[in-house]
Amino acid sequence: MKVLVSVKRVVDFNVKVRVKADGTGVETANVKMSMNPFDEIAVEEAVRLKEAGVVTEIVVVSAGVQACQETLRTALAIGADRAILVETEAELQPLAVAKLLQAVCAKESPQLVILGKQAIDDDCNQTGQMLAALLGWPQATFASKVKIADGRAQVTREVDGGLETLSLRLPAIVTTDLRLNEPRYVTLPNIMKAKKKTLETLKPEALGVDVKPRLATLKVVEPAKRKAGIKVPDAKALVDKLRNEAKVI
Amino acid sequence: MAVLVLAEHDHQTVRKATLNAVAAAQKIGGEVHVLVAGHNAGAAAKAAAQIAGVAKVLHADAAQLGESLAENVAALLVSLAKGYSHLLAPSTSTGKDVMPRAAALLDVQQISDIVAVESPDTFVRPIYAGNALATVKSSDAIKAITVRTTGFDAVAATGGSAPVESVAAPADSGLSAFVSREVQKSERPELTSARIVVSGGRGMGSGENFKLLEPLADQLNAAMGASRAAVDAGFVPNDWQVGQTGKIVAPELYVAIGISGAIQHLAGMKDSRVIVAINKDEEAPIFQVADYGIVGDLFQVVPQVIEELKK
Repeated sequence: MKVLVSVKRVVDFNVKVRVKADGTGVETANVKMSMNPFDEIAVEEAVRLKEAGVVTEIVVVSAGVQACQETLRTALAIGADRAILVETEAELQPLAVAKLLQAVCAKESPQLVILGKQAIDDDCNQTGQMLAALLGWPQATFASKVKIADGRAQVTREVDGGLETLSLRLPAIVTTDLRLNEPRYVTLPNIMKAKKKTLETLKPEALGVDVKPRLATLKVVEPAKRKAGIKVPDAKALVDKLRNEAKVI
Repeated sequence: MAVLVLAEHDHQTVRKATLNAVAAAQKIGGEVHVLVAGHNAGAAAKAAAQIAGVAKVLHADAAQLGESLAENVAALLVSLAKGYSHLLAPSTSTGKDVMPRAAALLDVQQISDIVAVESPDTFVRPIYAGNALATVKSSDAIKAITVRTTGFDAVAATGGSAPVESVAAPADSGLSAFVSREVQKSERPELTSARIVVSGGRGMGSGENFKLLEPLADQLNAAMGASRAAVDAGFVPNDWQVGQTGKIVAPELYVAIGISGAIQHLAGMKDSRVIVAINKDEEAPIFQVADYGIVGDLFQVVPQVIEELKK
């Protein structure tokens, strides 16, 4: 069984982002970039399925600028077999990415596509669901457990108030939540091996996809800063403040 | 122009998140309709009809809608979309699951997690874990939107008397099937709608130690939450998680205990009205957003706070 995993290059989760002075976006020049953490979980899950003998090939896909090659190489070092970059300088919104992935799925015919539930830059949480819609496939979002058996995927999902388990007909879409797994550290020998793996580059035009954004960003601002309050010496003072000053209890 | 809001419900009652989404719909303008999709959810449809400012309730009743499977609910939304300028859902796990699927079927780019309405086509939404606010304008004919519930004050649950109209549900997609659900049973208020939230972080040290917070939550009638660090460490279940990748809360009082205040956690609670932090590290970033902070060992301070509250 072939599995496809999509990965996004984002500002590293440890970077404190700064809004640009001209209000057009956030500063991304000279900022550390990494693989979106949820996508790392997606790659790890695919590798575990391969190690368990369920999956035979892992194809990892990214869409974006040339530098996304680094992100793909990281995925190859975790254990993906080959990579595809849909290269474009254009701003990509989730619907466009879903259409690009749909076109790649048409070429690759995977039985399972695993995506991160959300990218930590635009926080959209859309691409997996959109891809499922475009392909007419079932979806299981926010997965914390994935089991493949008898042509179906049994997926436990993190939902408000608890857990829910669904059974999906394959081919299917799964998006990852935090507790699905803990991604392994990439070792130097695997980084070296990853350099020899195939990385194919495609263009959106060649896939016949119009990636024109539907949303125009008019401005980006910093949120209002919350003022730091006061330190109180002890529990008695705290409860007094909450009762008599904040009047919240 | 009319706005259709997908109701979040448990078949008997309408969840509060729906009231926040209706508030966002009213800011957009035009008639507000509410869609109750379920199986034997007549009581929820009746409850939706009483929401203040709702002009009509659409009630789709079918076995295949009973478990809110995204494939079936999205197909229903798409079948109704033609009459609407906007489709809204609260940013709950169901709303986030269903709406993007519907948006893609309609070939529109969803606008996720809006916190303000500037005009019928322009909205404000947080990006980068709330470290920036983007104002975006949609060029799509139908706007598919999820609503961050903390961004809009809930409308009144009663006072309205909208007619309830039955609508047909598309056939079961057959693509997915519900297997089981494990619901965390709790006597406490629900995390996202609680007036007071008591949260623990990595500083709690273990899942066992979270028991220390229970009498505090009891005393305050609070919901219990946790930071991602505490969830990752396996101290508590993931649905306790407050933050960018968990729940977004904005209670009257948020008590952060043993939580350092990583950006990703602040993203989930910084709109709370009053924030209290108890942490032994004086330099912890949580103190930069806390109204009241105590620097000290939580294992000593928390029992003292409980004692003071009893007085």
